[in-house]
Amino acid sequence: MQMNTAVTRSTESILQTNKLIKNTYMLLSMTLIFSGVLAYLSIAMNVSHGIAFAASLIGIGLLWFVLPRTQNSAAGIPVIFGVTGLLGFGLGPMLSYYLSVNPNIVMLAMGGTGTIFLGLSGYALSTRKDFSFMGGFIFVGMLVAIGAMLLNLFLGIPALALAVSAAVIMIMSGFILYQTSAMIHGGETNYISATAGLFISILNIFTSLLHILGAFGDD
Amino acid sequence: MDWLKIGSAILLIAMFFFILPSAKRMVKNSPKGSTSDWMGFIVPMAVVVLFIILLIALV
Repeated sequence: MQMNTAVTRSTESILQTNKLIKNTYMLLSMTLIFSGVLAYLSIAMNVSHGIAFAASLIGIGLLWFVLPRTQNSAAGIPVIFGVTGLLGFGLGPMLSYYLSVNPNIVMLAMGGTGTIFLGLSGYALSTRKDFSFMGGFIFVGMLVAIGAMLLNLFLGIPALALAVSAAVIMIMSGFILYQTSAMIHGGETNYISATAGLFISILNIFTSLLHILGAFGDD
Repeated sequence: MDWLKIGSAILLIAMFFFILPSAKRMVKNSPKGSTSDWMGFIVPMAVVVLFIILLIALV
């Protein structure tokens, strides 16, 4: 009897985990497509840096203050699309710049980001390792990276900017492992917040990779 | 210094203070990883580094 209960619980838990993973990846793919469409629109409209910055700012505001309040209801869906759409729209001027310099860099960064994400997610899903021990390391890493970015806004050292981009890729790669493992082991039970976390990681990896490839490219 | 830089600086400072409480909580509550746990993290990170080097070589 006890054994039957344990088996039933375990099956239920597995089904819930599978549903969470399926919903997260489905919503993530839809938000990525939506974000890409808005980024394209932003490029086509030749949006200024100021408007792009404002769009990103509103997106971050929604992410910080509105999403946590709505993620447990259906209202979270339009909010996550709002966040990802605005952040995608905010990429417009940067993408326009790289596309005008060397379009291959953008394609390579997109492909590279997709490969890193799929590789790391696949690794976490197939090994089922628990990466919860990395939480402190990742968040402290984010703080250090933000501090370095802030410092470099005033110093403008290209090597420091590249080092920060490389660090951001590593931190966000760690976050993908952490978030995917949290979905498997019950640390994350909400597919909207899981999508938000993974989307931010992908976006940061993409922009950092773009920066690194742009710096090492001939142009 | 243009206003975009000032805006970025304000955003980064806000981001820092927004993440700080989560970072403190994570450092306090995260379980300690064993050597094999860290190896399970270091190996895929090394692969990511090699992959980025390959991408740089392709540019």
